[in-house]
This record gives sequence, C-alpha cells and structure tokens, in this order.
Amino acid sequence: MDALLFSRVQFAWVIAFHILLPAFTVGLACYIATLEVRWWITKDDTVRRLSAYWIKIFAISFGMGVVSGIVMPFQFGTNWSRYSDSASPVIGSLLAYEVVTAFFLEAAFLGVLLFGRRLVPQWAHALSAVLVALGTLLSSFWILAVNSWMQTPQGYQMIDGRFLPVSMFDIIFTPSFPYRLTHTVIAFLVTAAFVILGVGALYLRHNRFPAESKIMVRMSLAFLGIMVPLQVLVGDLHGINSLEYQPTKVAAMEGLWDTGRGVPASLFAIPDEKAEKNHFEIAIPKLASLYLTHSFNGEVKGLKEWPREDRPPVSIVYFAFRIMVGIGILMLVTVYTGLVLWKRGRLFDSPRYLRLCTLMSPVGFIAVLAGWTTTEVGRQPWVIYGLMRTRDAVTPSLTTTDVLISLLVYIVSYAIIFGGGFFLLRRLIRIGPPVGPEGEVHEVQAHPNRPLSAVTEHDTTVNAPVIQKMKRPQ
Amino acid sequence: MMLDLVPLWAGILSLAVLMYVLLDGFDLGVGILFFFRRHDEDRDMMVASVAPIWDFNETWLILGSGGLLAVFPLAFAVVMPAVYFPILLMLLGLLFRGVAFEFRDAPEARKHYWNIAFSYGSLIATFMQGIVLGNFIRGFPVSGRSFAGTSWDWIAPFPLLTGLGLVVGYSLLGATWLFMKTEGELQEWARRMARWFLLGLLAFILMISIWTPLEEPRIAQRWFSLPNLLYFSPVPLLTMVLALILWHALNKGRDVLPFLCAMGLFVLSYTGLIISLWPYVAPPSITLWAAATAPMSQQFLIVGTMFLLPVILLYVFWSYWVFRGKVRADIAYHH
Repeated sequence: MDALLFSRVQFAWVIAFHILLPAFTVGLACYIATLEVRWWITKDDTVRRLSAYWIKIFAISFGMGVVSGIVMPFQFGTNWSRYSDSASPVIGSLLAYEVVTAFFLEAAFLGVLLFGRRLVPQWAHALSAVLVALGTLLSSFWILAVNSWMQTPQGYQMIDGRFLPVSMFDIIFTPSFPYRLTHTVIAFLVTAAFVILGVGALYLRHNRFPAESKIMVRMSLAFLGIMVPLQVLVGDLHGINSLEYQPTKVAAMEGLWDTGRGVPASLFAIPDEKAEKNHFEIAIPKLASLYLTHSFNGEVKGLKEWPREDRPPVSIVYFAFRIMVGIGILMLVTVYTGLVLWKRGRLFDSPRYLRLCTLMSPVGFIAVLAGWTTTEVGRQPWVIYGLMRTRDAVTPSLTTTDVLISLLVYIVSYAIIFGGGFFLLRRLIRIGPPVGPEGEVHEVQAHPNRPLSAVTEHDTTVNAPVIQKMKRPQ
Repeated sequence: MMLDLVPLWAGILSLAVLMYVLLDGFDLGVGILFFFRRHDEDRDMMVASVAPIWDFNETWLILGSGGLLAVFPLAFAVVMPAVYFPILLMLLGLLFRGVAFEFRDAPEARKHYWNIAFSYGSLIATFMQGIVLGNFIRGFPVSGRSFAGTSWDWIAPFPLLTGLGLVVGYSLLGATWLFMKTEGELQEWARRMARWFLLGLLAFILMISIWTPLEEPRIAQRWFSLPNLLYFSPVPLLTMVLALILWHALNKGRDVLPFLCAMGLFVLSYTGLIISLWPYVAPPSITLWAAATAPMSQQFLIVGTMFLLPVILLYVFWSYWVFRGKVRADIAYHH
C-alpha cells in the first residue's frame, strides 16, 4: 500500500519539476522565433543581441527539460506498469506521436539554433527557431491529448480489463481536450511573458540595457494585454466543461458539499472531509452558480452526491484552485496598470511599477503548478476518470522500500540539478544581454571549408561580447 | 485479414534502439573518456565535439522507450519493473551528464563538480544500459501479465559483465569519434585510447559470446544447430574483419574509417543479439506478437511513422552536416 503512496509522491515530484520547464520553454521558443524573424526583417542589431541572450537562457532550460522529460515515460513502466499494460493501446500511440512529431523536430533544430548562427544562412537560423517553437507546441498537443483522455475518456472499449481503441479521432479529441489545450498553452505563454516582462523591468530599474529592455517590456506587455483576459475567458469555459464531465472535481474546487441552486462562491474556508463541511467560510451568495452555469439559479452538485471513496482529496484541490485564480487576478491588475501607464507615456518611468513587474516574474510558474494540481488531484481517486483507480495502476512487484529508495534519490538529485539550474539562470539574468555590436561574423564564416584549429580561432568568436560582459557592469 | 504489422514494428523499434546505441554511444563514450584526460582545454574540446548533437542523440532513447510502451506494452510493463533500479540509475546518470553540458561552462560555475557529474553520469548510464542488456538475455519471470521477480533480481554476474562490456564498447565509439573530430595531440591520444578499447571490446565480445549460450540453452540451440550455424557464421567472421580494418585505419591515420568500423562492430553485435532473442521481446515467454498492442493502434501509428521517419532522418542528416568537420572551439558553449 505504501509503494502506491510513494509512487504517487514520486510521480508528482518528477512531473512538478518537469512541467516548470515546458511552462517556460514553450513561450520562450515562440518569443525567440519572433525575435529571429524580426531581426531577419528589420536587421536591428539590438534585436539580435536580445535573441542571443534569450537563446542562452533557453538552452539551459531546454536541456533541463529534455533530461527531466526522459524520466517521464520510464515512470509509466517502472511504477505504473499495470496502467501501461491496460491503457497503452489507447494512449501509447499518442505518446509515440509526440516523439516522432515533436521531440525529433525540437532536438534536430535546437542544435542549429544554439550553435549554428555562423554556420547556416540567416533565414535557416530563423526557420530553426520557428521549427523549435513548433516542436514545443506539437509536444503540448500530444501530451495534453493523453492527459485529457485520462480525464474524460471516450472512443475505447474494454476487453479483459484492457482499454482497446474504437476511434482514434475520439480518443484524441475528447470533450475536455480543446479547453485543456488552450488553457495550458496560454498559461505557458503567459508564464514566459511575465518572466520577460520582469527581466526587462529589472534592467530598466537599474538603468541597464535600456534599448533591449524597452523591447522586452513593450513586447511582453502588449502580448499579455491580449492573453491574460483571454486566459480568464478560456478558464471559465474550461470550468463549465469540467462541471459537465467531472462534477466531483468542480465540487472539490468549490468546496461544495451539498447540491443546490444558486450556490455561493467560497472565497476562503477550511474544508473538513470527515465532517463533510467547511470551517471559517467566507462566501459570496449565488456567485458560483453564476460563473459555473451562467445563471443565478443554476444547479451545482455537491460532494455528498458521491460515496466517500469516489471523492478527491478536497483541501488540496480547493486551495490549489484558489492559488491559481488569485494569481490570475494579480496578473490582470499588473497588466492593466501597465497598459494605463503605457498610454500615459510613463511606462518606463515608474520605479514602483517596474518593481511590481519584477516581483511578478515567477508567479506564472506557481499558477501553472497550482492549476496542474487542481486538475490532477481533482481527478483522484481515479487514474482514468471513473474507470481505473490509481491504486489499481501501480506495479505489483514493487515493495515499500524499493520506492522509498528511488523517491529519496529523485528528491536529492532534483534538488541538486534544479537548484543548480536556478542559480545559473539567475546569474545569467544578472549578467544581462551581450553589449556592443558583434561585427558581421555571419557573412565572414558562413561555410568554413577548412578545418579550424581551436588555437587560432580562439577568442575571435561569435560570443566575444558574452565573455566581455562577465565583468558585470553595475 | 489485416496485414500483420508486428514484424515491421519490431524492425522500426530495433532501428530506434540501434540508432540510440550508435549515436548516444559515442557521446556517452566521450564522457567516459573524461576519466583519462585531465587537461581542461582538451576536455572543453571533447564536450564541444558532441554539444550540438547529444540532445538529438538521446531522443532515440525516448523513441525506443516510448515505442516499446506504444507498440509492445506488455513487454514494457514486464521489463521496466524488473530493471527498476538500473533504469533509475541510468536516468540519473543521463540527467546529471545532460545538465553538465550546460552547467560546466557557465560563468562562475563550479566546473570541477560538473566535470565529475559529466564523467560519472556517462559511466553510470552506460554501465546500467549494459546491465539492462544482460537481463534481456537472461529473461524475466512472469506471472499473469506482470513481472514476478523482485526489484533486486538484476544483480547477477552475467549482467555485470555485459555492463562492463558496454562501457568498453561506448569508450571505443567515443575514442574513434574524437579521432575523427579532433587534431594534433588530442587526436594522437584518441588513437592510443581507441587501440586499447578495441582490444578490450574484442575480449568482452568473446567472453559474452561464450557465456551467453552457456547461460541460456535456448540461445545455444539457436546458434549451434545446423543449418543456422552456417547462416549466422558471417556475424563473427565480419566482426574479425572489421576489427582488423579498424586497427589498420587507426595506424594509417584515416579520420573517418575507424569511427565507421566501430559502429559496424556495434551493428554486428546487435545483429547477434537479435538472432539470439528473436522472436521474444521479453524472454523467455513473451513474444513480439503476445506483447503487441491493438491492431488499430499499430495502424494509426504506422501511418505517421512511415511518413515521418524518413523526414526525421533527412533533417537529422542536415543538422549533422551543419556541424561536420573538425570541432571548433568557437562554437562551444560560452555563457
């Protein structure tokens, strides 16, 4: 039984760290692709330097994303072998499609994006950036199709305890998939945009790299001005969809025990699963019915409708949901304030606002984790909603000790690797973009035909400005 | 009656695993060779020679594992728990060496520690892959649709031997890769290393080839019965021929040929492995057909794969082409 608990903690641990990286790199890939195309068209050297800067940060994040991603498919086999055996005919081919469509595309063109600026024509370098961005989006498509099938399964038949496909189209396009895909991808884009906004604001506040920073702040703020309100709208639609297909999850998100019409929106409470009620509740009457059913008197089912063993852990879902929504509201306020300042022509002059932007830069990650927790814990106790319980999915041969060892090893290793990565990225941000013009190296050595020696070529390099800036102008 | 796609899938997945072994093999080998080369600038060159492509090389591992999950899920569900700890350690090895590529060159990095992560990560990942290989040859006990042993059954003399053998083999790939990609003193050193590891690999191939049929009678039966013996005899003969060509190419200073021969040795050993295991995907009881997923899933996946695999090979070839020639210090990581 504890092998099950530790396996769940282990999966949560490795996926929580892994998801931080796509949350960042999907948006950053799109941003770099935009910058590369913009540079290709305008030939503005500031944009090239800015792109080179973010490519470095992207390289580190993407590398961590790849290696922590390799861990994931193996988890299915090592710890969730019964789930793999039962569900693979349905979801396995989707995961394989993620590899052949997305991972190879990303990996092949990443090398060119990171190291190939001098080796390929400029259009090919810009195209590599676009293809890497496309790869990250395709990857999101397939993995969220798999996840959505586990949330709202259809298009299968069950034979001898195994799920066999009836319609691959129905399996990919499940009812929750369009909402989940849109909501998640926007969340990833918004997360990256807030990082870019925060970094630009940080430099502006210290009067560093003003030209680059203004591009960062303007681009990200304009983007967020559209995306954050859109995200609120998509989130609302996603909630309505969940109410229809996963009512237990919504009841847990709302902390709602009794079915009723005109149910209140709970702002804060401490849900008590034993007593089946909330303590210290602050709520706004009728509001939950309004946003869940778009009617003041709409009916919402409470948790008591289902037996206890079919309910998710209420407190985790309840609080995770509130963290996500709370951050969404903070984001709206930040973006709206920025747009007002921009219109008044004072966007770059308010140190307090710039400081707020920097403080807001990591909140996208917290919102992604909170949202992910809401939807995954809200699916419990099922691994495939309504059909296969999580406890029936775990590998039978594992003992408590086995999983405890692997869990501890994962905890220590990830702490080292992600801790190291975090400090490294922070250091790169502190150092900032390369300064000064590069000199058009691009034309000089587009296709080196002679073998170049390390000694003669050393230091006359594409990245010379990068080495120079290590002295840290402060 | 629908077309039986299982042999085709077996071929595609074998190709994916072979590609992984050949490609990540040489960059893991470069990592292992860190133990024998302390000089800092040389180490930077060694890393630079594989930095643009390692990520792509490891993608074949995801195709191998994801493909096994997708097409032969029963084998996936039986094998993975059986090698729970080797997989864990392999993943951690890959994790540490993968981030070391980026971290070791960062400004103010504790380069010494990330060099250790790079070399030990490569060594452990390789050793564990060899252990998984050894366990494949020994087979997995099964009851119902699950692995019936314990998470510690993988520790045995034979898998430990295959683990060491793979370490030596990847080192040969790495050394011949460096011989191809570098110049001057570093290349001279790579030549010496390649010679030693070639001799070592031949010794391990011999030991494993003798031990395998002794360990598993069904494999002895496969090889040493007539007329199989005649059909399969080119495999060991070609191995000897390739080894000789490799040795001479190293002496003559042919840049590319040694690397190609080293890959050829791996292809032959891999062929020998497939001859030994066919038609089992999780020996001794689960055949490819027993483990295969639903026909509809196979068909759905084959359509895209047949279209995408050639495209993948094309743009992969292009990205290797971009980084052809001797390694240059100036396109290394500079953070």
